[in-house]
Parts: sequence; C-alpha cells; structure tokens
Amino acid sequence: MPQYLALTYTRDVDWTDPKYGQEMKDYREFGESAAAVLRGGNALYPTSTATTVRVSGGKGGEVVTSDGPFAETKEALTGYYLLECADLDEAVAVAAKIPAAWEGAVEVRPVIDFAAE
Amino acid sequence: MGTSGGAVARLVREEGTRVLATLVRVTGSVDLAEDATQDAVVRALETWPVDGVPDNPRGWLLVTAKRRAIDLLRREARRAGKEAAAMDPAVPPWGDGLFDMTPEPAEVVRDDLLRLVFTCCHPALAVETQVALALRTLGGLSTAAVARGLLVPEATMAKRLTRAKQKIARAAIPYRVPAAEDLPARLTGVAATIYLIFNEGYAAGAGADLVRMGLTGEAIRLARLLAELMPDDATVLGLLALLLLQDSRRDSRLDSDGRLVLLPDQDRGRWDAEAIRQGVTLVGAALRRSPDRPNQYVLQAAIAACHALAQSYPETDWNAVISWYDVLLRVQDTSVVRLNRAAAIAERDGPSAGLALLDTIGDLDGYPWWHATRAELLRRLHRDGEAGVAYRRALELDLSEPQSAHLRARLAELAE
Repeated sequence: MPQYLALTYTRDVDWTDPKYGQEMKDYREFGESAAAVLRGGNALYPTSTATTVRVSGGKGGEVVTSDGPFAETKEALTGYYLLECADLDEAVAVAAKIPAAWEGAVEVRPVIDFAAE
Repeated sequence: MGTSGGAVARLVREEGTRVLATLVRVTGSVDLAEDATQDAVVRALETWPVDGVPDNPRGWLLVTAKRRAIDLLRREARRAGKEAAAMDPAVPPWGDGLFDMTPEPAEVVRDDLLRLVFTCCHPALAVETQVALALRTLGGLSTAAVARGLLVPEATMAKRLTRAKQKIARAAIPYRVPAAEDLPARLTGVAATIYLIFNEGYAAGAGADLVRMGLTGEAIRLARLLAELMPDDATVLGLLALLLLQDSRRDSRLDSDGRLVLLPDQDRGRWDAEAIRQGVTLVGAALRRSPDRPNQYVLQAAIAACHALAQSYPETDWNAVISWYDVLLRVQDTSVVRLNRAAAIAERDGPSAGLALLDTIGDLDGYPWWHATRAELLRRLHRDGEAGVAYRRALELDLSEPQSAHLRARLAELAE
C-alpha cells in the first residue's frame, strides 16, 4: 500500500508554548482518529531553531552551516505525518482532517517504493 | 470492404478510447495502456481498410492491445531479470484480466470509461493538465495535435503528459468513479474541464489553426460521451446543451471577411437548426432532473435557448432571458453574469437602465467587455465622447484580433 508524507505548513510558532494547548489537543485528537493509517509523525520546533547545512566543493568538502531554514516563507514547515493509505483520495481525506489544513496547508507527497520502481 | 477510410478512422478512434479505458483497468498503468492501445489502433488502420472491418471491432482492438501489453510487460520483465514472474499470469499487478481474451460486457466498458474520465479530470492534477490528458486519452488526439490545439510547443506538451501519467502512477491517483457524496463536486470539475476545451476552440475563431478550432468539436464529443455514460445527470445534460447551443451559431459569428458579427446582426438562417433542437431538448431534460437547484450550465443553456428560439433579435423574449439570469445569479453570482444581465435589462428597459446597473459592478475594470458594453450603451444615449473613452479603454485590454477590429469599427462610427 502506498505511503504518503503529509507535511504541515502553518504559522512558524513554538508548539511547546502553553498558549498553543488547544491546538495541541486538536492535533492529538486528529492523531487518535487517524491512528489506523498513521505510521509516524512529529511536530517541529520553529524555524528560528533551524540550521541549514551545505558541503561546498563536493563530498568531503567544507561543511558550511547557516542559521535558519532552507527557504524563508510565510508559512513554515512545522510538522509531518507518515500515512499509509490505499490511494491519493484516501490520503487527501486524512490530510483534510489535520488542523494545519485549515490553519495553513498540508502538502501530501508520495513516498518512493524502490522495490516497485 | 465497403467502408471508407474516414469511417474506419472514426470507428477506430471511438473504439480505441474504450479499449484504452479497459486496458488502464487491467494493466493498472495509463502509460502501458496507451502504448498497447496505440499499437492496436495503428494495426487496425493498416489492415481494416484492406481486409475489411472485423465483426467485432472493439473485441479485435482489445485482444490486439492486450497481446501487445503482455509483450511489453514480458520484455520489461526480461530486462529486469524477472523472467519467472513474467510468465506467471497470477502475479499482480497484471491481474488475470490481461490474459482473458473474452470481450468485455458493455456495462464494464461503460464503467471503465467513466473511471478514466474521473482519473483524467482528478482535482490533484492542474487544470491545464486535465485538459491535455482528456484530449489525449479520452479524445484520442496525438500529442502533436493536443500541443497545437492548446498553443504549447510539442516537447512541452509531451513533458506535461508524461509528468501527469507519472503523478497518476506515483501518487496513486485512483482509477475509480467517486463515491456518491463526492460525485456532484467531481462532476462539476469534469464539466469545467470540458467547457474549458470548448472555449479554447471557441476563442480561436475562424482563420485560426483548424486543430485549434476543432477543439469545440472535441469538447462536444467528450460531453456527448459523458451524457452517454451518465444519461440522468443534470450537470452533464446541461453542459452538452450549452455547448450545442453555443456551437449552433458557429457559422454566423464571422462574416466573409472574417469580421466579428455580434448576436443582433447574425444571420439566423445560418444557425444550426439540428444543434438547436438537440440543445433545447436537453435543456428541458436537465431542468426536469434538477428543478430545485439547476446547475450553471443548464441555466446558461436556457438563456442561449431563448436566443436560439427567437425569430429575430428584436423578437427576443427579454423577460424570459432576464428571469433566467436571476436564477443563474442565485447559483453563480459573478460580475460577468451581472454584466450580461445588465445588457439584457438594457434591451428590455432601455440603455439608461442598463448603464445604471453596469455602473454598480465595481470590479470589471480589467475586463474588456464591461467597457465595450458601457461604450455601446453610452453610444445609444448619444454620449459619444464618453463612449469613445470606454471603447479606447476596452481596446487597451486583452482581445482577439476580430474582437479588436469590431470595437475599432464601432469607435470610428462615433461623432466625437
């Protein structure tokens, strides 16, 4: 059965802040309701904690780190779920229940099944 | 023999679409199904005109395409060193449907086609991709013809189609008729895609590339197919009605010099009476199936029917036209619908009444026909100076060449 990564794009906030308690409760409720198809998932600290890593000059070259996310956007990558669904319609139906879908957006990406390629 | 080359080509194309739909189901791959069907179609076009059309043309194409698909799969498997799997019909995803050469029952073919319609018009695909896929797979046009029709370089179109088929396979876009609760929304999407194809052709006008103009015919063919598959659906019947009624005026929209002729001045003797008859019948059928909430297509078709049935422009039943616009506004309240309603009000109640309504629509400054309609009403009110300003504003906006020429001619007639 195909797997999909549901990437949540929302306001770039600190989910550990108690003022997001209601949101966390909503996400937990989603997690329980979608337990049958969830294969994993996590929330992420805000992009202010992100570090972008590049190696210049090819493999083994100099490691260059910079503060911040790879791409600055209005809505940031703030979490992900791994879903296992029969097809895209089912994955979209699950993604539409993630609170991020109405707070921001959810990007649904099929996971490569190398055995089938 | 006894069958002309054109008739054979039409038959092969019609049946080819059905065979493709079945092959998509039994192989689970649009790409493979397309290659195999294409091969069967080419063979049919080579042999049928010489040997005669077989008794069961669809069965012939299906068996030929299935054999070709099996060949392609075996070749692929050998390349991957999976010879054992290639010889075993029980191994998924091939399914035994591929090895079963008995003809498919008519209702199975019908369901296969519907599934293909909903896959090609899946909302996870961009609208322009849906249009291209529908023309390529459901319409059976070559990639080159689709590219020419949509004014896209052939290489770009080939890439777009490849990506679309890849997304269908990789993201597992289902090959399935949507559940009853999703069906109305999904059908509206399918209708919008077909309507877009029609408008591509309609906007091209005479003198444009024949392939491009032919898109109106392709859209009508797809709408007919959909109506054949879902004969009781009001959206589908409304869409076909609208396309037939709009297309019935095809031959009168331009004069012999390629100049645009608007509705009031069109030679109604050149309207396609048979298309009008079918369109009007379909409007009735669609309204009977959705009396409480008619869809936007049947309402637009009802308005087109009022025009189609009027003996002359002054004899148009403007009360009926305006009533239909009132209903249309309830399901589709857009500024363009309000503009068209205002134009109808101007015909019934005079240019001042129409102009007053037009000026309440605030957000059409970038739409040339808002300015052009204002200009026309101002001209009728003998306010030529203001009419000239409005025509010039319209001409600054995006118009086809015949449309611009028409407005320039109107502008030149003003006594500014």
